[in-house]
Amino acid sequence: MTTSADTGIFSVSGERAAIETRGLTRRFGDFTAVDGLDLTIPDGVIFGLLGPNGAGKTTFIRMLVTLLPPTSGEARVAGFDIRREPREVRRRIGYIPQLLSADGGLTGYENLMTMARLYGVPRSERRERVRDALSAMGLSETAGLLARNYSGGMIRRLEIAQAILHRPRVLFMDEPTVGLDPVARRAVWESVRSLRESSGAAIIITTHYMEEAEELCSRVAIMHRGGIAAIGTVESLKEEAGGAESLDEAFVHFTGSSMESGGRYRDIAQVRKTASRLG
Amino acid sequence: MTSHKSARQQAGSDRQGLASLIFRVLADFFRQTATILWVETVKIRRDPFSLFTRAVQPVLWLGVFGTVMARTRAIPTGSVGYLEFMVPGVLAQSVLFLSIFYGISLIWEKDLGILSKYLASPAYRPALVTGKALAAGVRALSQAVVVCVLGLLLGARLVLTPSSILGVLFFLMLGAALFSTFSLVIACLVKTRERFMGIGQVLTMPLFFASNAIYPLSVMPGWLRTLSSGNPLTYQVDALRALMIPGARSAMGLGVDFAMEAAVFAVLVGIGSWLYPKSIR
Repeated sequence: MTTSADTGIFSVSGERAAIETRGLTRRFGDFTAVDGLDLTIPDGVIFGLLGPNGAGKTTFIRMLVTLLPPTSGEARVAGFDIRREPREVRRRIGYIPQLLSADGGLTGYENLMTMARLYGVPRSERRERVRDALSAMGLSETAGLLARNYSGGMIRRLEIAQAILHRPRVLFMDEPTVGLDPVARRAVWESVRSLRESSGAAIIITTHYMEEAEELCSRVAIMHRGGIAAIGTVESLKEEAGGAESLDEAFVHFTGSSMESGGRYRDIAQVRKTASRLG
Repeated sequence: MTSHKSARQQAGSDRQGLASLIFRVLADFFRQTATILWVETVKIRRDPFSLFTRAVQPVLWLGVFGTVMARTRAIPTGSVGYLEFMVPGVLAQSVLFLSIFYGISLIWEKDLGILSKYLASPAYRPALVTGKALAAGVRALSQAVVVCVLGLLLGARLVLTPSSILGVLFFLMLGAALFSTFSLVIACLVKTRERFMGIGQVLTMPLFFASNAIYPLSVMPGWLRTLSSGNPLTYQVDALRALMIPGARSAMGLGVDFAMEAAVFAVLVGIGSWLYPKSIR
């Protein structure tokens, strides 16, 4: 199951790929948020979906985690069809939405217990798994505090802990460090890296921070207006872009626009809302 | 596709497989329902202050409205004193008012990512809805204590046998579950807290007045009586009265009260489970 990040973009069996999409499309009225995406993501990599707000990253993720039915096309996650076998998909994925998703009225420990029970982690293993997840995310000391008293970075790490209790094969993180200060951001990156090493799950991250993609992702797809403008390793993309110094430059090369151009009012409002709630 | 097929074949191939599948589904359902119930009751326990704020309305209805109306003897309640007549009505009403705004917490969870995360988990949608409904029922129990103690202090005679108390608690849970699920359905349909509160305000009074909570069906004009007989609150009040007031008989029959409320609750859970995932798209 250790498909290397650099080989086998299209796996034939369908069982070995963490994600496979064919012509995946989602329209909202006249607006096409995701436009016929064909993408295969192998097992065990940290994969970055890169693009400005409004590029279609969140819509794409919400289809893969079975929250949004596609308008057309199909997708398999962890080997199961998102439309026909959504429950099988849900059993095998972890999902950390962009917006705050830990319950502020519960302690860190209670937040984890809730997810362990909902996912059907056997009773005899719950305590141990919760304890392990807490210590993996550096939250053992603060497990008894209400989550509403956590800092933004701690909440993100709590959410990661919640999403890995059932040992998912694919972990989705939508803008994991939006609204975090640089120190908290580094701590979240650290957690994600150690998670990849310890779990072997494929980790799908959406981000509009170039730095984040460079730090974490072994493979990157650049999304632009609902489609994929380029895909490859960070290095190969820089090369393709004529020896660009950074992913930023590569992004301009592939999309003809800078990261700053995108973003509708609603997205911006939402990002700021998240930022203020987390901060 | 392959695993999908094999799961089907396994389930269909022998009866034992089917039985164990049903057992597993039910076990999952109950565990998930209990989880949501647990989450909500933990939060209720952390907010004891709301116990007092929620006691204000029934105190006013019983202590002021009830006492005054009892003195006028304007409302014919048969052999039962007006205060006794009112205690079950006010209890049902306070549970209605409490439950009809329960959905506000769902709007909060919708705005954040909490609901998205629950819905991306393998939990059954009806379990998520039912867990919330039962939590509303637990929250309603404190109202029973407040209203009954107050009623007794004001001199109302109430049946206090274990079976009647259990019956009252059961119907209170059912009523709270019903109206809170109604509230969740509304919360699925509206986008903002403000609009939700507006709709809640609009709904409570008609539900209250088009019921037998503070006057009997017999004094209503025909059109209102027709409306009332379709109102779940009427059945709730009827059951509570039969259980709480000495010598009182249920007008509809406790079985009918239960069947009516349970049916409406089941339909609402169905609608809620269907709307839950749609509400975050």
